[in-house]
Amino acid sequence: MMPRISSAAELEKLRKRILSKRDPDKLCVAICAGTGCFGFSENRVISAFEEEVNKQGLKTKVDIKATGCHGFCEKGPIVVIHPEEICYMEVSPEDVPEIVSRTLLGKKVIDRLIYTDPVTGEKATHQSEIPFYRKQMRLVIGHNTKIDPKSIDDYLASGGYSALSKALFEMTPEQVLEEIKKANLRGRGGGGFPAGLKWETARNAPAEEKYVIVNAHEGEPGAFMDRAIFMGNPHLVLEGLIIGAYAIGSHQGFIYTRHDTPQLKNIIDIAIAKSKEYGFLGENILGSGFNFNVEVHLDIGIFVSGESSALMKSIEGKNPEPRAKYIRTAVRGIWGRPSNLNNVETWANVPQIINKGSEWYSRIGTEQSKGTKLISLSGNIVHTGVVEVPFGTTLREIVYDIGGGIPNGKKVKAVHLGGPMGGSIPESLLDTPLDFDELAKLGAPIGAGSLLVLDEDAKMVDVIRFFLNFLSDESCGKCVPCREGIKQMLKILTRIGEGKGRAGDIELLEEISEVAGAASLCALGKTASDPLLSTLRYFRNEYEANIK
Amino acid sequence: MDDDKIDQIINKHQGKTASLVQVLLEIQSANHWLPRDVLDKVSKSLNVPLSQVMQVATFHKSFRLIPKGRHEVQVCTGSSCHVRGSTRILDAVQGLTGIKPGETDSDSRFSLETGNCLGCCSLGPQIIVNGKHYGKMTPAKAEDVLKKYE
Repeated sequence: MMPRISSAAELEKLRKRILSKRDPDKLCVAICAGTGCFGFSENRVISAFEEEVNKQGLKTKVDIKATGCHGFCEKGPIVVIHPEEICYMEVSPEDVPEIVSRTLLGKKVIDRLIYTDPVTGEKATHQSEIPFYRKQMRLVIGHNTKIDPKSIDDYLASGGYSALSKALFEMTPEQVLEEIKKANLRGRGGGGFPAGLKWETARNAPAEEKYVIVNAHEGEPGAFMDRAIFMGNPHLVLEGLIIGAYAIGSHQGFIYTRHDTPQLKNIIDIAIAKSKEYGFLGENILGSGFNFNVEVHLDIGIFVSGESSALMKSIEGKNPEPRAKYIRTAVRGIWGRPSNLNNVETWANVPQIINKGSEWYSRIGTEQSKGTKLISLSGNIVHTGVVEVPFGTTLREIVYDIGGGIPNGKKVKAVHLGGPMGGSIPESLLDTPLDFDELAKLGAPIGAGSLLVLDEDAKMVDVIRFFLNFLSDESCGKCVPCREGIKQMLKILTRIGEGKGRAGDIELLEEISEVAGAASLCALGKTASDPLLSTLRYFRNEYEANIK
Repeated sequence: MDDDKIDQIINKHQGKTASLVQVLLEIQSANHWLPRDVLDKVSKSLNVPLSQVMQVATFHKSFRLIPKGRHEVQVCTGSSCHVRGSTRILDAVQGLTGIKPGETDSDSRFSLETGNCLGCCSLGPQIIVNGKHYGKMTPAKAEDVLKKYE
């Protein structure tokens, strides 16, 4: 057991000690164990490295690290060899003996395993030279390649918990709040609501006890960036949460996450246990007198439980049914107490804002959308993966320069943002910058950040039918306009999809969607028809062609 | 599943009404489904009416009230897998197993589920058998995969 750290000076002393024990020139094999790479190899590459390094008697000379997501899921499993930062892709267990003898020992690069540009044939040895990474700004997820998520020392070595120490000892809660407000950090979970304002509401709400919550539900199909952050760098999220709790005046936090990703739960549990041991959680954190604890709750695979009021019901042990929000959850949430909910990515942005200041932060991005945004790229795209770009990057840059364009020489027809409650925009609008408000104006809000690329073969009616089908399964059933309305819209869409649309169908769809939008309690019902409306706006001819 | 294990889970949360969801989740992850007599036990031990236990157990699709087969097959039907052709994969798997999502076949060989995105879209379309991922599926490849599981 580590003795609990009891002052800012002790934290810095420990950090120095950890760093002094580390040789920056020591060989380290960092193997991605994110969801995508795990799916490819189920850790077989990691075991192969452990075995081979042992066999060659290199155990003391080489560190092997299972890290979180590196982002380039398409080319997984990905292996980065430090200190040279050689990046190997699509590594199979059979490649491992060769990597150990030729690269680790022989210092030679294996040509067949490095990135080759499919168009120019140019090779790239380091991550920074690969086009997929070159246009990104990986402020939040960049540390993933260097951190073993189960090691708190790795996080400390990368400067971790210095923001918490700064907040606790050099800033008042009001100053922390002010910094987040000035940075104009907007919620990354879907709404884009300013986090600072939400924090302030919770802070000012009169109550003895207040709660802070990490929404790690991430139920949107095609969204996997929150898992990439949380599984790769759990302490970053925890640090943000503790700082938020300090600003708000909360002493109890909750993490609400997925039941179907056991690796994630395991990593969170370890991170919480370690931060307790080191003194970042619990009583008298770092000797500052501030107390804070965290509890983990699991969802049970239902989409609507990611909605704030439903999520809070679920934490209370009840069915996740949303309630009307005349009074915000920041004022009346879990057990009627002020509860401030932000998603994983929002919390993960907090430490760097405290460390580097709101002025630095607000220089990144656009006028009204500051900082970077993580995007999960999927669908008909060459490079599926997790991407982090500054706001203001155009969708075209994301799809072509980073995403590598469309497979099989096809053209982009549309991109769909924001998942089942988002919207699709046509190829002609790809020069739109990534910006909360610009995209919302076009009817394709960023949502949590999933970007689904559709090629020229995609049938828009079918894509929209898919999302409505999903929502009809996931509606909790509390509000009739949502439960029944989605079902009816689905029926009409199915008819249109089969080429059997009737005159008046489009108008009927518009009417039902208006009612569901006006008379449902939560965003699921309110915005269920947003994908439909966006395609009626940009691809109306595809509907009309199927109506007799 | 042995009763001891279930009792252990239930006892851990004895009398805690708010733990209902977590108890059911733990039992299901150990036993793969929720038998009626176990739900009775949960109701008594947590002091929650059976009607309320049933309300929670039937509300969440992940809770199963029928036995699982020896092998759990999941077809990802998330948005990315969908545009990459998961409908054809699901059709093929349904044809091969003779069951629909949510069902178990009469030999208890397979149970079939659909999943909405497991966060590994680079593998899509994919099926997952007993937790093992099979990526870049085609209907023919799906047949080869299922043959491996008796």
